Amino acid sequence: MNTLKYLGSTLIRMLLLLFGVSIVCFFLIISSPIDPVDAYVGSESNISQEQKDVIAEHWGLNDPPVQRYITWLKNLLHGDMGDSIAFKKPVVQVLKERFVTSLVLMITAWVISGILGFILGILSGVFSGSVMDRIIKTFCFILSSTPAFWIGLLLLIVFSVNLGWFPVGFAVPVGKAAEDVTLLDRIYHLILPAFTLSITGVSNIALHTRQKIIDVMKSEYVLFAKARGETTWQVIKRHGLRNIAIPAITLQFASFSELFGGSVLAEQVFSYPGLGNAATTAGLKSDVPLLLGVALFSVLFVFAGNFIANLLYGILNPEIREGSEK
Amino acid sequence: MEQKKNILSVKNLSVSFKMYDKGLEQKDLKVISNLNISVQEGEILAIAGSSGSGKSLLASAILGILPNNASVDGIMTYCGMELTEELQKKLRGKEIALVPQSVAYLDPLMHVGSQVVGVRGTLEKMRTAFKRYELSKEVETMYPFQLSGGMARRILLSTAVIGDARLIVADEPTPGLSKEMAKDAMGHLRTLADEGRGIILITHDIDLAFEYADRVAVFYAGTTVETAPVEDFRNGPESLRHPYSKALWEALPQNGFKPIPGTQPYAGSLPEGCLFWPRCPVRTEACMKGEIPSRSLRGGEVCCIHAT
Ligand code: SF4
Repeated sequence: MNTLKYLGSTLIRMLLLLFGVSIVCFFLIISSPIDPVDAYVGSESNISQEQKDVIAEHWGLNDPPVQRYITWLKNLLHGDMGDSIAFKKPVVQVLKERFVTSLVLMITAWVISGILGFILGILSGVFSGSVMDRIIKTFCFILSSTPAFWIGLLLLIVFSVNLGWFPVGFAVPVGKAAEDVTLLDRIYHLILPAFTLSITGVSNIALHTRQKIIDVMKSEYVLFAKARGETTWQVIKRHGLRNIAIPAITLQFASFSELFGGSVLAEQVFSYPGLGNAATTAGLKSDVPLLLGVALFSVLFVFAGNFIANLLYGILNPEIREGSEK
Repeated sequence: MEQKKNILSVKNLSVSFKMYDKGLEQKDLKVISNLNISVQEGEILAIAGSSGSGKSLLASAILGILPNNASVDGIMTYCGMELTEELQKKLRGKEIALVPQSVAYLDPLMHVGSQVVGVRGTLEKMRTAFKRYELSKEVETMYPFQLSGGMARRILLSTAVIGDARLIVADEPTPGLSKEMAKDAMGHLRTLADEGRGIILITHDIDLAFEYADRVAVFYAGTTVETAPVEDFRNGPESLRHPYSKALWEALPQNGFKPIPGTQPYAGSLPEGCLFWPRCPVRTEACMKGEIPSRSLRGGEVCCIHAT
């Protein structure tokens, strides 16, 4: 019964959020100084003003904003998200294609940052106060105060331009036919963007894990475990991991928003054709349907992350899991 | 009593912590000084004193699990062997066991059964211990938060019997328990002692100590000021040796509730000479300087130059 109620209220909250985000986005884009028709035809073209007016009329740009929003909303409720101006394709199709590309990038970065952050956090927490701890901490503080795109640029300059180890951009080799692209090609193109994207997540999870493990090592149950003959290593294995895993996993799922935000920047730097890159394009071309589509999609994505985090917390924590049975 | 073997004896034990004062100035904070106790087979030695006197650190010192910034001085002997760091490492969780205060000392996310087994026990031994304390099989897969107060006490006791401990250090085993449950807990400890184990009962509940212990060591400002058979404490001030023990006795509700003027000094600002002199009604000039040695007196030990 409680679960149903929880699911219901979550669903309502999600719908409200989607609605709110779409309104804010819509009015932000239409107040953008970029004229969609100009962006569409390009500044060099010699299309006459009359022709431009025809396009604007065709797209419904001359209608009052509220009416335009309502039209969009009506179509959305019928499952139609409209066509992207920039890509000249249905928005749904763009989202689908782009998301698959982004997903690979985001999952890779997410897994790397989670594992790396967790390990660094444990090392620095267990040996807190040591030289290693100080190095890891400094490293994390620097990372967390550095924007992802800047790190991306740096990596690009060093590893792609100067050393030539990695490609300078895109998800597949330029000029290679789609059917010839190998998995290795894709991985090769993925490494730098994924690494860039993972870096911002690392410090978050590492610093959090560090603090948690310090608390755990100071806890009464660890003192008792030592009194019963457990070595430091056994204490970490038996009690440390168990007690820090739940908050770490929760945090990692709740970090979907940073992940998505970071992917917009990272994809831009590496010209990686993902969802974040599509969002930038849509913004620069005042592509209202696509931008709204991306916005809604990102809401769903972040919401899903938080939802999973909440669910997992309930499943993993015995106090909530078995406490509710009583 | 004379025939019984000494399980643990602690001589001139001091524990101090390295502390960083303002800036980088480092200073040693002495929390336990010149402490002397001994426990024999089959005996409960109560260490009684008000809170904040460093009693719990004594437990950590015996087990060798003090934090890294602590240093220990003095000699501890376990069954005739010097209790070195290596020996502590070998014995803790087996022959020397700690019975902690509450379930807070159990991992909240681990089944109770596997915690009782620990790293040094076996499943069979755990089951035997559970049987002894009438804990059903379902308890094995419970989490600490699901235990009732009574169950929790018996679980903590089973962690001690599973390793066949010869020396049990029980740190404040009764606070928060009802009168009956406290009695029950003490009854269990009594049984464990009667089976030949030595038990150190660290408590601030002086009544409890008087009721169940064989001998009582009175703890004040990080040291034991008097150790005496429990009968002396039951008899009253005339049988006691140290002014602080007498004052403690008189401060008990049933003996008039007379409070002791002044407060216990904190580690770091201990008086010179006898630690009790600022509050002692019978002090003299001689009490305020030099170290006051512990001496035997009428079948007990006392740390007071004027005691008779
Ligand atoms: S040594 Fe002196 S001050 Fe200390 S308890 Fe004895 S009489 Fe009192």
